[in-house]
Amino acid sequence: MTLLTVRDLTVEIGAARPVEGVSFEIAAGETFALVGESGCGKTLTALALLRLLPEAARIESGSIRFAGEELLALSEAEMRKRRGGQLGMIFQEPATSLNPVMTIGAQIAEALALHGGGASEAKAVDLLSAVGIPDPARRAREYPFQLSGGMKQRAMIAMALAGAPQLLIADEPTTALDVTIQAQVLELLARLQEARGMAMLLITHDLGIVAQQAQRVGVMYAGQLVELAPRTAFFSAPSHPYARRLFAALPAAGRRGRLQTLPGSVPSPAQRPDGCRFASRCDVALPVCAHEPPPWREIAPGQQVRCHLEEPRKVGAGGTAQSGAAVPEPPPATALLAVRDLAVHFPIRRGLLQRPVGWVRAVDGIDLELPAGRTLALVGESGCGKTTAGRAILGLQAATRGERLWQGEALKGLAPQRMQMVFQDPFGSLNPRLRVGAIVKEGNPTADVGALLAAVGLEPEMAKRYPHEFSGGQRQRIAIARALAVDPQLLICDEPTSALDVSVQAQILNLLVELQEERGLAYLFITHNLAVVEHLAHQVAVMYLGRIVEQGSVDEVMRTPQHPYTQALLAAVPRIDTSGKADRERLLVPGDPPSPAQPPPGCHFHPRCPRAAARCRAAYPEAVQLSATHGVRCFFPG
Amino acid sequence: MLAYLIRRLLYAVPILIGVNVITFALFFVVNTPDDMARMQLGVKHVTPEAIEKWKAERGYDKPLFWNAAASGAGKLTETIFFEKSLKMFALDFGRADDGRDIAREIRQRMGPSLAVAVPVFVLGLFAAISFALLLVYFRATYLDFAGVVLCVAMMSVSSLFYIIGGQWLVAKVWHLVPISGYGEGLSAAKFIVLPVVISVLAGLGASARWYRTIFLEEITRDYVRTARAKGLSERLVLFRHVLRNALIPILTGAVVLIPSLFMGSLLIEAFFGIPGLGSYTIEAINAQDFAVVRAMVFIGSALYILGLLLTDISYTIADPRIRLQ
Amino acid sequence: MKFVLLWSDFLFFLLVAGGVIFGLWARRVEHQRAAWRKVGQSRVGMAAATVLVLFLAVALLDSVHYRERLPGEGEHYAVEVRSVLDALLTPLRTRPEKTYSAPLATHSFAKENIAGEGRDFPRLKFGGAHLGEALSRHGADIALRCAQGLGLGAVAGLALWLAGLPLRRRAPHLAWDAVFVTLGVFCLIAGPLAMLAQGYHVLGTDKVGQDVLYLTLKSIRTGLLIGTLTTLIMLPAAIFLGILAGYAGGWIDDVIQYLYTTLNSIPGVLLIAAAVLMMQVMIDTHPQWFSTSAERADARLLALCAILGLTSWTGLCRLLRGETLKLRELEYVQAARALGVSSGRILTRHILPNVMHLVIIAIVMDFSGLVLAEAVLSYVGIGVDPNTISFGTMINTARMELAREPMVWWSLTAAFVFMFVLVLAANLFADVVRDAFDPRLAR
Ligand SMILES: Nc1ncnc2c1ncn2[C@@H]1O[C@H](COP(=O)(O)OP(=O)(O)O)[C@@H](O)[C@H]1O
Ligand code: SF4
Ligand code: SF4
Ligand SMILES: [Mg+2]
Repeated sequence: MTLLTVRDLTVEIGAARPVEGVSFEIAAGETFALVGESGCGKTLTALALLRLLPEAARIESGSIRFAGEELLALSEAEMRKRRGGQLGMIFQEPATSLNPVMTIGAQIAEALALHGGGASEAKAVDLLSAVGIPDPARRAREYPFQLSGGMKQRAMIAMALAGAPQLLIADEPTTALDVTIQAQVLELLARLQEARGMAMLLITHDLGIVAQQAQRVGVMYAGQLVELAPRTAFFSAPSHPYARRLFAALPAAGRRGRLQTLPGSVPSPAQRPDGCRFASRCDVALPVCAHEPPPWREIAPGQQVRCHLEEPRKVGAGGTAQSGAAVPEPPPATALLAVRDLAVHFPIRRGLLQRPVGWVRAVDGIDLELPAGRTLALVGESGCGKTTAGRAILGLQAATRGERLWQGEALKGLAPQRMQMVFQDPFGSLNPRLRVGAIVKEGNPTADVGALLAAVGLEPEMAKRYPHEFSGGQRQRIAIARALAVDPQLLICDEPTSALDVSVQAQILNLLVELQEERGLAYLFITHNLAVVEHLAHQVAVMYLGRIVEQGSVDEVMRTPQHPYTQALLAAVPRIDTSGKADRERLLVPGDPPSPAQPPPGCHFHPRCPRAAARCRAAYPEAVQLSATHGVRCFFPG
Repeated sequence: MLAYLIRRLLYAVPILIGVNVITFALFFVVNTPDDMARMQLGVKHVTPEAIEKWKAERGYDKPLFWNAAASGAGKLTETIFFEKSLKMFALDFGRADDGRDIAREIRQRMGPSLAVAVPVFVLGLFAAISFALLLVYFRATYLDFAGVVLCVAMMSVSSLFYIIGGQWLVAKVWHLVPISGYGEGLSAAKFIVLPVVISVLAGLGASARWYRTIFLEEITRDYVRTARAKGLSERLVLFRHVLRNALIPILTGAVVLIPSLFMGSLLIEAFFGIPGLGSYTIEAINAQDFAVVRAMVFIGSALYILGLLLTDISYTIADPRIRLQ
Repeated sequence: MKFVLLWSDFLFFLLVAGGVIFGLWARRVEHQRAAWRKVGQSRVGMAAATVLVLFLAVALLDSVHYRERLPGEGEHYAVEVRSVLDALLTPLRTRPEKTYSAPLATHSFAKENIAGEGRDFPRLKFGGAHLGEALSRHGADIALRCAQGLGLGAVAGLALWLAGLPLRRRAPHLAWDAVFVTLGVFCLIAGPLAMLAQGYHVLGTDKVGQDVLYLTLKSIRTGLLIGTLTTLIMLPAAIFLGILAGYAGGWIDDVIQYLYTTLNSIPGVLLIAAAVLMMQVMIDTHPQWFSTSAERADARLLALCAILGLTSWTGLCRLLRGETLKLRELEYVQAARALGVSSGRILTRHILPNVMHLVIIAIVMDFSGLVLAEAVLSYVGIGVDPNTISFGTMINTARMELAREPMVWWSLTAAFVFMFVLVLAANLFADVVRDAFDPRLAR
């Protein structure tokens, strides 16, 4: 039975149409996933369903029928009863989506009072326990800032459930969360949906999540839906040229070397072409594509594609990527940079005299070897100390103890000619007041800007422009050019692609690989994205709460992980399973990572570890060397 | 928490000392007491004896920091710095240049000052917040636009105009209340109404516009969208969610002014003949009574620093993020 | 004739020159140009700017000072210091009545004993003197002059509009219509004023018979000077200390924070009162420092600016400190540090340009407040020298007469209206500038 029918939905902001002609259906109890890159109109579509668009935007035309009722025809007062009552919504940022000065319980009670037949504390507590929050009675009396990110998102879900909605709209519900927490929340959503027979509109940019959670998929591009398909059909045979390129751009195991990339970028909502919106980037475009909007065609039962090609699946190379020769070689004998027992502790100052009463052990004694011309990936969840470690290795952050040896010689402070850094945020890493040329020359006034820009795949004329004229990916290229200007041997990349879309991420990863081959650069690649690690790294170090828990070659760590945490991390990543079967039986680690200010005694991982035994609580395990390269800090590896 | 407050309290001490040193430098180092005497006595009466006499009567004849002529601790205490500056910490303000006891004067005049300043503070805050809320409720309509224009126009009018115009219209043309003066007890009410209304009006434009900006900023936050997604009405969203968050900066920002209410308002008190500390200060300025001005500077600063302290405290009470840390 | 360059003139010209240089620089710098273009595209902004420019023109004319050469042998100059504006307004300045007279009046405001005729309102010496005995023509004369003035104004407005055509063609995206409408309105007001002023005291006369229109025009310079010089004086300290505190941190930050918290905790009016009192003592006890009374008044004006600056830098300083703290952690600053760029270079290349918008916003936002403050301070007796013509001193002298029956309302009204127009224009302009420069609103 169809619960929701959206027909030709068009949203206008000024003259631009960020959502245009979107139509889809959701059946009762079904999960429909809307995928697409940032800015393609997913969130606006969701907000339009609730008629909660931002003030500048309005629904230009279309129809939204929910449970047999036209939502766009309802009065605002009527619509309010549907909101929260029949359509619940959860948002991307749990940190900002809850009222900071109201208790969690009060915020849930508010929703209960509106839709759940009266506010009662007991009911709010019940809801909190239903979403798996431990000690719900206490949590109900707490404020949002006292909860971890994962718990806040659970509280959001509890709030959305208060009205017992028939449709839950989840807008990137796990994007802001760590992968182990993401796995918990996704599992919770699936469980609740099954138990309550709720339909779900799941919005995400992560194909892995789609593969794991959805029954049907809609792919959005530049404000339009371009493909609608059941999950199995979609993953076994993605059909729209854009969808196929998206798959090809995903980094994954066994796909080393170059990734397929999409050239150019998404046309902005203000200036969209008349014909197919993908035409300028499509490698199989026909002449007609440029000026005529493509029609929908049904190419398989339930699978529709908006493309001029009769049989889009059969044309072009699409779905597969060239696999490069990438058997990791043994590291060279001497390390370029060796890090010994590096620690960074931040004081926690309290009391009258602001004496340090404790320490945040952001980095707590790590040893690393960075071979020349190779990539070492430093992996871990947010707050585990990766960034701080990178900054300390660079010398930007004073270390509490430990040393850095550059080819055997101890380093003091910064070494600008040897090591450089590429940062995460492409918007914060370039001074908006300087021209690109001046930015690139920052560290080396005599640098050849044209050549450097060419080396990172930009036009030399771009030196005269200002950063705001560039997209995120281009900015990251400029940042790389700036680092290369001083000709360093080691580049520390702190999550350089995590703010970018998949297709752009592929471009940057390719660029890094090319530069490594051409210049023999070594990388310390800091990331939380395990797929990128498998694609790019030669060696991997896994970090948990300021310490490295497992270290080894990429094959050793990714194929035969020995530490329970590494295993949990790998298991938590939603995999794209072309067979389309959902495997829910995954290893889930419970709970949140503890605070580095009060690490648990003994092995830091023991409160969450399925293998924990008495001795784990007593002492931190020493490193066990499993092979020449593979080390693990666990009493019970395997 | 307690440690935090004690720390803030201790932090106030060096600031108060700094204020004391600045005033001392301003009053005794920039110009010597001789200069002051000459100025006070006027050109006709300046003789060396007259200057000495003037200084001796007011205790300005001692050395600034070090009295070599005195004995023992007197070397330090029988100095202008000790007598005139340090003693202020003990709330000993000495005598005005016309010989009256400053502390007594202050005690007497506090009441009338508060009688005007407190209603102005409370009503002004209430009026500005209500007006801002009204504009925000009708945001992006012509009403909002007209309201903002009105605010800008109101803040472009000199406060002197509000006072003079108000006095003229209400007291002189309509004869509703006396133009100026003050009475004891309840009879004060009729003297207070006009100055209060005028002060509230004069401050309304600027604060309402500012609060409106705060509200509008708050309204774009994510949690407001969450509240709407629950199905709350716009009115409830505004009053239950936005108001509560926006009031934290607004109210705690206002708290800093509370102790300073004792000082009254210079302009209003002078125009309406209210015998408060504000008019006391003005009289002292016009009479060039250095001792009174010095005392008022010190008290004003002390009250402001107290206000800062109260702000900290009110923040910890109002904002759970700080209270529970 | 001998030119006199008062200190305030010098600083004012310096400021204008600085403004011009800043403008030339801003034209070349992309983000500055973009922001100012936004200001230029706003109708309100351009209209307000036009009004401000007109005020500025008056102030500039009033800032070219000279002493006239006395007739007779040798090099003797008048003690009186005049300005070009005084020269332009000579008819207004040199036709004082005895005392109060209402706007456009032909008779004095107060009855007087007139020899042989008992008590009556005496005829004014200059106001309406051209009418002679034909007093019945008074109304018709006024109407005629108004009409002539409107005609003249319309012609002038048209001429300006034609002269502006090339500008419109060169920069068609700016809101020129607002400029020319404002100029047109100005011409239509100024025309009749000018025509009437030739035969009457358009805005009446004050207690000593001075023309109120003249006084009001002279007040403009004082207001503008206080509004701009104050900011100029405090700017270097605020920028330097604010950025330093934010970037250096540690004890430097502590010291600077202590400094501004302490200064800030002294209530502004009281600090100004104390400082002005002390300054007065200083000026009074050192008469030998000043050769003319104009210089003395000028010194007091500058000192007032300095004192106002001293009390008002703390706000901007704190703002800049906070912003610098944020910028310091930004990744492009981190990247510069990693590249080995020196702290000084980071401050000038990365921090300063990125806090400049706050400085510009502060300058325009403070202006109107300072103009209003001048009036209040002068009223309280801690403002400009009583001999300096300013809105504050005008209001101060006029208020004494409020109790008179019927009321002497014209001085007060003139001062308030001019001040209102100036401050309103400044407030509107400040709003537009803030909207154009505030990056949070840019999104
Ligand atoms: N300057 C600082 N002062 C105090 N704590 C800090 C500071 N910088 C980082 N931390 C803390 O150190 C831990 C690790 O942070 P970070 O290195 O940023 O981790 P990641 O890169 O994995 O996100 C976090 O708990 C963070 O709160
Ligand atoms: S319609 Fe043409 S351009 Fe668009 S996706 Fe299909 S083939 Fe490519
Ligand atoms: S040491 Fe014990 S608690 Fe720690 S990871 Fe190994 S098994 Fe788990
Ligand atoms: Mg990080």
